[in-house]
Amino acid sequence: MRYVLRKLGFYAVAAWLAITLNFLLPRLIPGDPVEQLIARMSQGGAVAPGEADSLRQLLGLGRGNGLQQYVEYLHQLVTLRFGTSITYFPLPVTKVIGQEIYWTVILVGVALLLSVVVGLALGAVAGWRRGTWLDTSVPTTMLFSAMPYFWVALLLGYVFAQRLHLFPLSGGYDPALIPGWHGAFIATALRHAILPALTIVISSVGTWMFGMRNMMVSTLAEDYVVAAQAKGLRPRTVLWGYAARNAVIPSVSGFAISLGFVVSGALAMEIVFSYPGIGYNLLTAVQNDDFPLMQGIFLVITMAVLAANLLVDLLHGFIDPRTRAST
Amino acid sequence: MTAAVSSAAQQGIRANRTGWLAAALRSRYVVAGLVIIGVFTLVAIVGPYLVGDPNTFGGTQLAAPSRQHWFGTTQIGQDVFTQLVDATRATLAIGALSAVIATVVSVGVGVGGGFAGGVADEALSLVSNVALVIPQLPLVILIAAYVRHTGIWSVVLVIALTSWAASARILRAQTLSLRGRDYVLAARAYGERPWRIVVVELIPNELPIIVSQFIYAAIAAILTQSTLSFLGLADPSQLTWGNILFFAQNDSALASGAWWWFVPPGLCIALVGTALSMLNFGLDEVLNPRLRGNR
Repeated sequence: MRYVLRKLGFYAVAAWLAITLNFLLPRLIPGDPVEQLIARMSQGGAVAPGEADSLRQLLGLGRGNGLQQYVEYLHQLVTLRFGTSITYFPLPVTKVIGQEIYWTVILVGVALLLSVVVGLALGAVAGWRRGTWLDTSVPTTMLFSAMPYFWVALLLGYVFAQRLHLFPLSGGYDPALIPGWHGAFIATALRHAILPALTIVISSVGTWMFGMRNMMVSTLAEDYVVAAQAKGLRPRTVLWGYAARNAVIPSVSGFAISLGFVVSGALAMEIVFSYPGIGYNLLTAVQNDDFPLMQGIFLVITMAVLAANLLVDLLHGFIDPRTRAST
Repeated sequence: MTAAVSSAAQQGIRANRTGWLAAALRSRYVVAGLVIIGVFTLVAIVGPYLVGDPNTFGGTQLAAPSRQHWFGTTQIGQDVFTQLVDATRATLAIGALSAVIATVVSVGVGVGGGFAGGVADEALSLVSNVALVIPQLPLVILIAAYVRHTGIWSVVLVIALTSWAASARILRAQTLSLRGRDYVLAARAYGERPWRIVVVELIPNELPIIVSQFIYAAIAAILTQSTLSFLGLADPSQLTWGNILFFAQNDSALASGAWWWFVPPGLCIALVGTALSMLNFGLDEVLNPRLRGNR
């Protein structure tokens, strides 16, 4: 219980720092940020009347001193007023994000799960059978994890969509269909999701495999593994029940770093496929100087990643009793 | 007698301090990695003088690779090979500079905080843990959008200041385990100043880890920089590998099937990243003898 409270406390502090960072960033711009931003925004499209005031508040540059501005900014966030999007004028930012977030959450969620499970399993076997073809393929996994996500997306798009015409090159669904929960739409959404998901799996599976393989090699030298083998337990029991179980723990605690990488990569990948998710939206926002939308997306992504990390940390405490015991 | 023993012990420490380097150089991975990095560095240094202006519009548009244009041409007829060679310098420079700054920050926070202990350590450790869980790219994109097109240094700083946290945490853990060792305690008892203990006793002993973290930082910096350029958030007049990919994407190289335009820059990024990973893999095998196999 104390472990859970400590974790909750930490993520509350992290969320507060991220929100505060979002408050401080616009102040980095020399001069009056609102005037400059409005000027840049109005080149991109219509700026809603009163947007200057709303932007001023949202960026924490409202009336009064710094503290009052900060309180006003927090109030805006709590009441979910993120301002009006320039790109999708006159939709409020919350609505724009609400429409797009499911695409990203489902796609990244499924692809990530697949990549973690496959990567950890391959890594466990590679560490177990050292010196076989699977283990010597480790350098290849380095090449895979050194490739930028968006470039993998370009390659897959070129081969499977452009050349072989197996999958559609861009978009998240067939624009001729009306979005909804019916068979035809789900089928087209799935077909459009295969290349993006494959991109995430190919680019991230190597990291999991590599980390797991190295941990496996260290774990296999532990006395309890040797003892289990000496007892004559079946190799499969030793592999999964004794070695892999314990070797997986660092991968779980390293999840935070990896998740940041995957989410970052997925954002860039969506842009290649014009996938209607939050990353594509972020780029559109950046290109149109749509600052309310940008700030909203940054906060939403950050909160989602923090929530996922909290979940994994709690899971970590569950599978590794030692983390609960220490402090 | 005592003098002889202590000088022998000191030599032992010296040998230990550089021994890992010699051992690392015997690893196949390290040698292969160094060769690849060496070739790219050479290209970065002399390449731009050999190939001429990368923005010359010569010859046909979107030409496939030929003897005249090794890697074909772009939408407006620029030679892709020339662009690639020219972009090497800026790409590697931004990667190396960001990695140096990120490493300096992480050594300061990790080793400094870990050695100082107390409130300072608690605060620095909290900041690095928070910086670790905030996703980097959205933050980098946001900052880059605010300080758009303000030159190479803003990109370097943005990347460095968002990527130091993981190594700071690792270095802190190592410092915590070293600060209780006899030689550090002896230095303290001897009345050495804290900064001297950090610089003379701690940092040299953590050098292998610092080097390995620097390499990780360089891989991450090159990837982040490429992504930023690809998204059009870096200075478009500064040619980098990511920038070539940005122009390829914008002029729909993918839809027109001009693979020669977007395959080589990405391959270069992947090759440099792989070479750096190989260095770290070899280093890891030296530092962690359990990983060394009988292959």
